[in-house]
Amino acid sequence: MKRTQTATHLSAKKYTLGFGWSIILTVSAYIATSNEILNRSSLIIYISVLAMLQVFVQLYFFLNINQESKPRWTLWTFVSMSSILLIIVVGSLWIMHNLDYNMMPNMTSQENDKYMIQESSKGF
Amino acid sequence: MNDSSSIRHSVSNSELGLWVYLMTDCLLFASLFATFAVLRNNTFGGLSGGELFNMPYILVETLILLTSSFTIGLAVIASYKRQSNPIYIWTVITLLLGITFFSMELYEFRELVANGNGWSTNAFLSSYFTLLATHGIHILIGIVWIVFLIIQRIRRGLSSSFARRLAMLGMFWHFLDIIWIFIFTFVYLLGAIK
Repeated sequence: MKRTQTATHLSAKKYTLGFGWSIILTVSAYIATSNEILNRSSLIIYISVLAMLQVFVQLYFFLNINQESKPRWTLWTFVSMSSILLIIVVGSLWIMHNLDYNMMPNMTSQENDKYMIQESSKGF
Repeated sequence: MNDSSSIRHSVSNSELGLWVYLMTDCLLFASLFATFAVLRNNTFGGLSGGELFNMPYILVETLILLTSSFTIGLAVIASYKRQSNPIYIWTVITLLLGITFFSMELYEFRELVANGNGWSTNAFLSSYFTLLATHGIHILIGIVWIVFLIIQRIRRGLSSSFARRLAMLGMFWHFLDIIWIFIFTFVYLLGAIK
């Protein structure tokens, strides 16, 4: 494998920018959650977006991801990993959600917990 | 950005190798996250995340880890510039912040277990502890690695291989902070939302 030449410019300025943005994104998500400024689903979308932004901020400013010259090994291994990751996470959530939906009798989660405790106290 | 203090930097084969390892580590965490996501409401009648987590404490923990990610970056820059004292200062600060984070996490675990919310209580807590402890073990390894590098620096002095090793540790540490962003958002914040 050839030695990769990168055009990475490491500088304290870059790290400071990344650090500053990360703090802003972290604290914004925290304040939004503790003060409940949005309804539940909007809040979930909001903190997810903030999390993804912070991930990209840290990938770019701390890990220098898009700054290699060709061949871009770090970028493409990252893209491959992300694709597999999406399959694992989205796939698991989708399948398990389907299972739950098809298996459970229609109870609230509290009723379901009571039912499960009752059932398990009966032994095997 | 091309100011006079920026440095040209080539990615060595070792760094690329570590990067590929980090990509596989992401998949490990992805499966632990997926498990947690599926099991997060299975509290078996017990307390939910929102009821268990101390959010201000978690915020402090998060900011400490974030700061340590920043300071190790400064240490890497100092090592490329061969600036002896800043290297010590920033690596020691990173080490102290890392130890603080790890201790805070251990304390949190101890409190949970002491109050009857250990990992064998329900599925939610099993997946929670597995995910967090895996991250915590990575942090512990990073802490030991920092100590080793500091000792190496003292005994063998500055060299290009030291700079490369510190850069690899920096990459590893940044990666751990990125994983923590997901933990902070999707375990703690999401748990705290009603």
